[in-house]
Amino acid sequence: MDRYFLTQIFSTCLVCGVYDMKPGVAVHKFSSCDGCQLAFLNLGEELLELDRLVEIVHFAEAGPFDEQTPVAIAFVEGSISTQADTERIRRVREQADFLITIGACATSGGVQALRNLADSGAWHASIYPEPEYLDSLDNVTAIREHVKVDLELWGCPVNSRQVLAAVRALLFGVLPETDRDKVCMECKRQQNVCVIVAQGVPCLGPVTRSGCGSLCPRFGRDCYGCYGPAEALNTASLGKRFAGLGLLPEQVVNRFRAIHSHLEEFAPPQGPDYDRE
Amino acid sequence: MTESKREVRIKVPVLTRVEGEGALDIAIHDQEITELRLRIFEPPRLFEKFLEGRDYQEVPDLVARICGICPVAYQMSAAQALENAFAVEVPAAVHEWRRLFYCGEWLQSHALHIHLLAAPDFLGFNSVTEMAGKYPAEVRRGLRLQALGNDIMELLGARSVHPVGARIGGFHSLPTANKYAPLLQRLRDAHEDARALVLWTAGLPLPDDEQDFCSVALHDRTGYGMYGDRLISSEGLNIAIEEYPQHFSEFQVPYSTALHGGLHGRPYLVGPLARLNLNAARLPRSVQEVIEATGIRFPSRNMFHSIVARAVEVLFAVQEATRILEAAPAVDVPCVEIRPRAAAGSGCTEAPRGILWHRYETQGDGRIRSARIVPPTSQNQARIEQDLRNALQAFGLDRDEPALRLHAETVIRNYDPCISCATHFLRLNIKRSTT
Repeated sequence: MDRYFLTQIFSTCLVCGVYDMKPGVAVHKFSSCDGCQLAFLNLGEELLELDRLVEIVHFAEAGPFDEQTPVAIAFVEGSISTQADTERIRRVREQADFLITIGACATSGGVQALRNLADSGAWHASIYPEPEYLDSLDNVTAIREHVKVDLELWGCPVNSRQVLAAVRALLFGVLPETDRDKVCMECKRQQNVCVIVAQGVPCLGPVTRSGCGSLCPRFGRDCYGCYGPAEALNTASLGKRFAGLGLLPEQVVNRFRAIHSHLEEFAPPQGPDYDRE
Repeated sequence: MTESKREVRIKVPVLTRVEGEGALDIAIHDQEITELRLRIFEPPRLFEKFLEGRDYQEVPDLVARICGICPVAYQMSAAQALENAFAVEVPAAVHEWRRLFYCGEWLQSHALHIHLLAAPDFLGFNSVTEMAGKYPAEVRRGLRLQALGNDIMELLGARSVHPVGARIGGFHSLPTANKYAPLLQRLRDAHEDARALVLWTAGLPLPDDEQDFCSVALHDRTGYGMYGDRLISSEGLNIAIEEYPQHFSEFQVPYSTALHGGLHGRPYLVGPLARLNLNAARLPRSVQEVIEATGIRFPSRNMFHSIVARAVEVLFAVQEATRILEAAPAVDVPCVEIRPRAAAGSGCTEAPRGILWHRYETQGDGRIRSARIVPPTSQNQARIEQDLRNALQAFGLDRDEPALRLHAETVIRNYDPCISCATHFLRLNIKRSTT
């Protein structure tokens, strides 16, 4: 998507970046914990400021409900897990110039995609006495498996800085910058003590995208990968390191299969670099 | 109008300002409600199943994802259950820090619900941003309290949504005095805001609608209950939390993905009003004085007093958090050592919306054999339906549909239902007929 197109959407002047019309914004929810919408609801005073910059057309949890009016930006939280969801996400796409997924569920399927690894029919039956009442697809899927996504904001949850930076950049008619480097890089910038080296805990920082601010290592614990895969990652090598720390093969698999289990990048490590013996 | 045969159907997407997705179906026949169903269709997420086989240490990070608004509650109930299973006692000082963590969550969740979700109903607005035009000072005060709650959670968990600081046995790390000094000052300054909030909510034009219902809450010997090992009710129940399954049942209804809960087969209430109805005497004297100044007496049978109860708990959380930080509980190590064993343990804590019960069975190596989680909203679901029947009857079934719809939404929102815990947003479908 080039700058000219963006400036068309947001009616911004190519020279000064000033826009002449309040762009419409929608926040949609699919299967999720509602936590990424809190990136907006926890803004405090800035929520009132955001309301001055954009027209919040649809945001059911905050009040405005209007799924029909076309918008410049649609934020989508949650993953697709019912037949009705697959139809609704298509309508959301049709109504939006620019579609942004927020959080792990929308971007990769999220934690509930763990059920894709098992026989979810049997799982339903063990929790619900009458599973035939449920409208539930066999697999939980990410938004991009159904419609075109213009920008993905990673994180479980995304934070307010990420969503505001995206809105701000788009209002200026430019594509938002997203982090791709590793949590390790962020740790080095913050001068955190490495928890793998110092404590011998199985930290996923070497394969996880930065953007959170290295929260876990900063709190003296291992990153569990909630911001998803970083660029140029080597899970096989890290898996081997975890085995060296004393993790059993199944524990190594579980480290990768957690918040983003539905992603190939985080598939259980194998290959020449990774020797389970 | 009632003489002729008529049937009215309304299909309107309605219940906004709740967490999650659901719908409401009402059929009215000859001035009587013949059918009323709160339908919850948030897809099942099957947490209890995928916890099986995971290491006990992964549980707090996984169960937090059930709810973005009350992750601390999930982490704390899970920690309590697993610590019970492993027969571990956390030191009193660590317990105090957990209490502070929980104060942060009550504060942010209650301030969010009062200002962003509930108050617009009583003042005739559709959203907080609309309300901010007419009530800028009140909205700013609410957002300040919400931010304070979030910042307490960040102090102990690095972020307020899915915080990363808690673990089975304690915390990964605890803050030093220089880190929380500014927060303590803000807490002291917030007492006045919180007192003013209680009086403001009590002055809102709340409907007067007295009903009979059974309140259920935790009983804490040491204070107003966030934690506790016994469950009590307004009808004389007094049991250990392990005995929960013998008295409380969950059943499935065809129109909802949230299981309904019953106490001895009957609806019951959990949450701020239930807690205040049962435990008001355990509040600090200074909080009780503010309640007296409102003129509202607890126990109260008016469900609309829930918003006042929530504000009272905001004031309590601010005072309690101040007390804890001033005492600065000293801890040698933030986490006690855990020796996993094959066992079972229950945990129950007071989430912002009411009791959250967990039970885990573990294997000898510390992996989870089975998990059971009962969130507050599924417990309240049968009570909400019962309330709606009474409330709409009292409101007048001959009123026009928009008025009925708004009243029904107000009743539902009053419970602060967290549909993500149990479900999303509501469409109302009223069918009317006469014979």
